[in-house]
Amino acid sequence: MFPKPIEKRGKGALLRYHLILPVALVIWLLPLIAIFLTSIRPGADINAGNVFGWPSDFLFIENYTAVFTQSKAWLYLLNSFKITIPTVILSVSLACLAGYALSVYRFKAALPLFFLFVAGNFVPFQILMVPVRDFSVQTGLYDTITGLVLFHAAFQTGFCTLFMRNFIKALPHELIESARIEGVGEFKIFFYLVLPLVRPAIAALSVLIFTFVWNDFFWATVLIQGDHGLPITAGVRSLNGQFVSQWHLVSAASLLAAVPPVLMFFTMQKHFIAGLTLGASKG
Amino acid sequence: MNTATRSDIPKNRSWYQRNRFAITPWIFLAPAILFFTLYVIAPIFQSIWISFFEWNGLGAKTWVGMGNYVELMDDDRFYTSLKNNLWWLVLYMLAVPIGLAIALFLNQTVTGIRLYKSLFFFPFVISQVVVGLIFTWFYNPNFGIVAIIWEFFGATPPAILADEDLVTFGIIFAGLWPQIAYCMILYLTGLNNVSPDQIEAARLDNAKGFGMLWHVILPQLKPATFIAVVVTVIGALRSFDMIAIMTGGGPWGSSNVLAYFMFETSLSEYGFRMGYGSAIATVLFLIMLVYISFFLYRMYQDEKGN
Repeated sequence: MFPKPIEKRGKGALLRYHLILPVALVIWLLPLIAIFLTSIRPGADINAGNVFGWPSDFLFIENYTAVFTQSKAWLYLLNSFKITIPTVILSVSLACLAGYALSVYRFKAALPLFFLFVAGNFVPFQILMVPVRDFSVQTGLYDTITGLVLFHAAFQTGFCTLFMRNFIKALPHELIESARIEGVGEFKIFFYLVLPLVRPAIAALSVLIFTFVWNDFFWATVLIQGDHGLPITAGVRSLNGQFVSQWHLVSAASLLAAVPPVLMFFTMQKHFIAGLTLGASKG
Repeated sequence: MNTATRSDIPKNRSWYQRNRFAITPWIFLAPAILFFTLYVIAPIFQSIWISFFEWNGLGAKTWVGMGNYVELMDDDRFYTSLKNNLWWLVLYMLAVPIGLAIALFLNQTVTGIRLYKSLFFFPFVISQVVVGLIFTWFYNPNFGIVAIIWEFFGATPPAILADEDLVTFGIIFAGLWPQIAYCMILYLTGLNNVSPDQIEAARLDNAKGFGMLWHVILPQLKPATFIAVVVTVIGALRSFDMIAIMTGGGPWGSSNVLAYFMFETSLSEYGFRMGYGSAIATVLFLIMLVYISFFLYRMYQDEKGN
């Protein structure tokens, strides 16, 4: 292990480490702590210039209820779920199929196709913006949640396929070979043999794509116009305009926007990190 | 064994049965290829095509050839954006060593360390919109943290986001926060997989501290470093959300980057010049293509190795 375990450097070092850890954490998360304190303080504090100091009163419930009663935060949050969940299902399903094809079958186009998915995943959004918007307008998908979902799902398929293909490639190929010899059909092999084995990859991709799509701001701005379809990220921006100088409410709304991905991360931490660090530990 | 079974297939088996190994992959691939082509691959070429036209997004397109690119070469806003993109690329790279430093600091086994690691990772999970808002308040010269610190030392706080010379650095600093968290988690995983035998062997050779890190640990962390650099470059070139939230490219376009400049040109109150916007996007794409090719080349080497 590197660096050397702190326990081996004596009691003093260990104690010092335990003291430094929380201090470092507080400094690191200072922005979040500050915004949390702001979100539970009375509006009068802000008018008096006390934005980041200690709140004069704790109005946790009042402020967070006010966000919901005085704005469309509910609608934005609901929209975010309506956009995120179908995207996750669609892109992960497509990637399971494509990843299986690219890893199990040996055909000439396999590698070029795989690289195409990888490369597409890295392009700047702006090179897609005008044609995608135009296509959505032409097909009546502009300004609809469906339109946004279809785009997100298509774009995320690139990353998902990269991930799935590498995951399936690492499975023992003999399993599939022996099933074939037994005379099991190709589709049955996929559904009954491979799908159960890639469950960890499905979990990892789901939490990652959920977070990516939940936090998207650019495409929501480009493809959605009205409140009826705006997700919470874009919603927070418009709340910022609506609650002028009511930073306690904007802070509360911002933190609400962060809750689902944070929960997702905490409950599925192992999968989340496995997804993100794909390739980071490969020798 | 396998070939024997295959040649046993009677001739009257269906056409699909005989060709299933050639056909099945395409059936599995079809939906993904269709979606990806429609929404990702084709738009790239369409954008390049549109960049040769003057177009407001609704009416007829007018062919202008290289006109948009010629105009771009003369546009001060383009050079400002390009310069800022360079700053983003260079300074964003700081996320890699800082992420490594934090990972080294946290790579211990004391009680509660797992919770600390997850909490340190927090900024990455939060939307950049929220990060942007938080830092906008921080930088507020009247009540922000920056104001409090500056006043503590008896100085007049700078209005970071309203200052042409400081604004880009202010936004990059905010952007570094989640990016460092990302690099940190990559390195934590990497450190987890460093071979303990090699460390022990190096310790016997009296290697320690920075020498150990440089000669023994870093070479083993190469895959983590590679991914960290790739995601940081892409993050730097994709920077959009923070700029949209914090400054909208201002003051007077001084914090613009290509991604935001493109959006502003083609889809905002400043006009709907989709052709000109596409020309900007094409330039950004070509810059990104350098990195994409490099990444694909590395991947190709890996694939050949397997």
